[in-house]
Amino acid sequence: MNARISHPQAAMQPASDEPNYLRAGYGWRSWFLTTDHKRVGILYMISITLFFLVGGAAASLMRMELATPEGDLLTSTLYNKLFTIHGVIMVWFFLIPSIPTVLGNFLLPLMIGARDVAFPKLNLASWYLFMIGGVIALYASIAGGVDTGWTFYTPYSSAYANGHVILMILGIFISGFGSIATGINFIVTVHKMRAPGLTWFRLPLFVWALYATSIILVLATPVLAMTMALVALERLAGIGIFDPTLGGDPLLFQHLFWFYSHPAVYIMILPGMGVTSELISCFSRQRIFGYRFIAFSSLAIAILGFLVWGHHMFVSSQSVYAGLVFSVLSFLVSVPSAIKVFNWTTTLFRGSIRLQTPLLYAFGFVGLFTIGGLTGLFLAATAVDVHVTDTYFIVAHFHYIMVGGMVMAYFGGLHFWWPKITGRMYPEAIGKLNALLVFFGFNLTFFPQFILGYLGMPRRYHSYPEEFQTLNVLSSAGASMLAVAYLVPLLYLLWSLRYGRPAGPNPYQATGLEWTTPSPPPKHNFVITPIVTEEPYQYDPAAAEAAERHQEKKELEHVR
Amino acid sequence: MIDLLFWIEFAPERASNLAESVDFLFYALLLICGGIAFAVFALIFGFCIRYYQGSKGKHQKRTGSSTKLEITWMLAALILFLGIFVSSAVVYIQMSQPPDDAYEIQIVGKQWMWKAQHPNGRREVNELHLLVDQPVRLLMTSQDVIHSFYIPAFRTKQDAVPGKTTQQWFTPTRPGEYHLFCAEYCGMDHSRMIGKVHVMEAADHERWLEETAETPSLVATGQQLFIEHGCAGCHLPDADQQQGPLLQNVYGSRVVLSDQDVVMADEQYLYDAIMLPQKHLVAGYEPIMPTYQNVLSSEEVLQLIAYIKSLSTAETAP
Repeated sequence: MNARISHPQAAMQPASDEPNYLRAGYGWRSWFLTTDHKRVGILYMISITLFFLVGGAAASLMRMELATPEGDLLTSTLYNKLFTIHGVIMVWFFLIPSIPTVLGNFLLPLMIGARDVAFPKLNLASWYLFMIGGVIALYASIAGGVDTGWTFYTPYSSAYANGHVILMILGIFISGFGSIATGINFIVTVHKMRAPGLTWFRLPLFVWALYATSIILVLATPVLAMTMALVALERLAGIGIFDPTLGGDPLLFQHLFWFYSHPAVYIMILPGMGVTSELISCFSRQRIFGYRFIAFSSLAIAILGFLVWGHHMFVSSQSVYAGLVFSVLSFLVSVPSAIKVFNWTTTLFRGSIRLQTPLLYAFGFVGLFTIGGLTGLFLAATAVDVHVTDTYFIVAHFHYIMVGGMVMAYFGGLHFWWPKITGRMYPEAIGKLNALLVFFGFNLTFFPQFILGYLGMPRRYHSYPEEFQTLNVLSSAGASMLAVAYLVPLLYLLWSLRYGRPAGPNPYQATGLEWTTPSPPPKHNFVITPIVTEEPYQYDPAAAEAAERHQEKKELEHVR
Repeated sequence: MIDLLFWIEFAPERASNLAESVDFLFYALLLICGGIAFAVFALIFGFCIRYYQGSKGKHQKRTGSSTKLEITWMLAALILFLGIFVSSAVVYIQMSQPPDDAYEIQIVGKQWMWKAQHPNGRREVNELHLLVDQPVRLLMTSQDVIHSFYIPAFRTKQDAVPGKTTQQWFTPTRPGEYHLFCAEYCGMDHSRMIGKVHVMEAADHERWLEETAETPSLVATGQQLFIEHGCAGCHLPDADQQQGPLLQNVYGSRVVLSDQDVVMADEQYLYDAIMLPQKHLVAGYEPIMPTYQNVLSSEEVLQLIAYIKSLSTAETAP
């Protein structure tokens, strides 16, 4: 008999009469008018995958151009448009929605024992807003393009740039309302829809991370909307806000933009931290270390993240005193991140570790996020920042956080919950190999960029002095490896839809409430309302070891 | 140790007084952060080997957490980070305080070139000839969008912002030729807004100076503009009707505004006074000064500022 290794926070659900959510309806209306959070999650998954391919294609072209010092493959204008498309699409249409809207939408109600999010129709409306914004941004990129960079610095964007700046801004503006609606939806859902017994400190850390993320989405995104609206007003009507020739202040834009965009960086990392907490605990079969510290560090990051925007402006001519205040606050915000890394590491202690695909991605996250975070200290250190800001050092730093961190976590989470989402297992061996390929490809692409930046190569350069070529070639080689590594999962995950092994309700013996439902879950998730009586992550490594030994013994006997 | 890194061409050339301090911070950070990263990675690897499923390590369910341990690493991180903050802040403050005797060069960024003008009136485009061991202060502005004046070998960088005067300073310490980059994205030819900085020994520098024809000095050019544009009509004591404030000793003084605010008359103040005269109204004067926004170029404003600054005696200058 198979010893019970660990058990979810509530009893397993009885069989449901309902079909699973994928079979609950087949026509296009059943998808495009759905209010099922799981289907909305799938809609987001497909959309952001498409946006990821567009953003990735732009990046590939840029890396091809940068393989040689001369600007010979693309014109400088096209290159500038490409990094704008890459930035806008990847930030607003892939990274910000990635984990929250795909995994968050799918899992939040399942994890808290609810039948849907608080406002299911609003949830669908979020997706429509996101898509309308996305289509407008794509149209602006293709029909003429925009060359302002994703940062839209004034007065370049408001008075000098040609192209569809206003359309691009409109796309970002509209999709922002989708973000705000999602944030509100998640906050209310977490407050009002938790299952009986599921107190705040019994919530999975992924839910804490989503909650912290939602706070930022709701508080920061409106500032972006206002800022973008002001740029459009200045461009259209000549109202002087940022343009000094109209009496405006170009630095005001940077203050407003980073007041949103720095917290937005945490929108792009907190959910990844949540996923990592789930994965590390599950695959080391160990209770998470320092649950409350990890939970509260998410909130601390969300709050402190609003107070550090000026560290983007150490050489912008803001006052020296402002620079120093923003510097010290930036060091403070790195403390909660450090706490998380230490806690994840300590969680492994005395566990029973299985190096399965999701854990490899989670380790990738921890490793790359650690490097990204530590190099953030270089940038918070004012005098060092003066040298390396606006160089490839910055580019490497934020890619370690946003791609190394968030994309790793997204892939890890996608593999971990793939059986729940689709009912099928992905092929484990290819999954592991590919996780390694992503890791090596990523480091080969972006580590040389740290050195390039320290050597002084400015970012957003279409051509560059010859001495930087070796490192650029390495980076471009890594990028092609990375491109393959990002495409492979697309293939084998699609393959698994048909040929993957059926997963069963809880293939990893994980403890979350989502694992008490069948895979894929029925339309309304839970037949009976789960009642939670214990903390999350009640994994038992000793029992896991015993069960494994028992299993091996049985198999041996069977062979005899 | 650092020289070893130079030898493997890992570090860029170091050619200013600030470069040493910045590099010291950089390598100290590299050591500290490298140590932390190594410790984290070693622990993860170690735990994976020791506690791999089926390994002989002790697999035991965790009960409770250790608040003591949490507080310890929290405080350790905090103290370490604050230490880094203080040591880099010292250098950052040093970067913001040019010595009084610094040689002043005016820089105007425009799409897509760097224009420089020396005190003796000599102009350069995308080049900067400097005397070794002489402290230099750059007074910068931009004519159109934001640019950033970056000399990697000096480890300094400062944005040139339209409508603002900004500054940076350094003392070149090693003769040679160095890259000058625009580091803030400024449009189509951003990556061509580059140039060369030549740091020269005294004799070479002298020779370079002699190569050029005699040019009117910066102050003289400014004075010429002052007369041409009729500034003298209002701002000189012997003007027909003196309608504007006198400019003797204005630079570096405290000016009382019509709303009783007191502002320091620095370069930014003078810049605003010419381009946005309604921004600061001096107490006791009618708001009749017109803007010179579409009349003067950024360079001409800087020249005028140089002239007005020359009207202040040394004691009042900041």
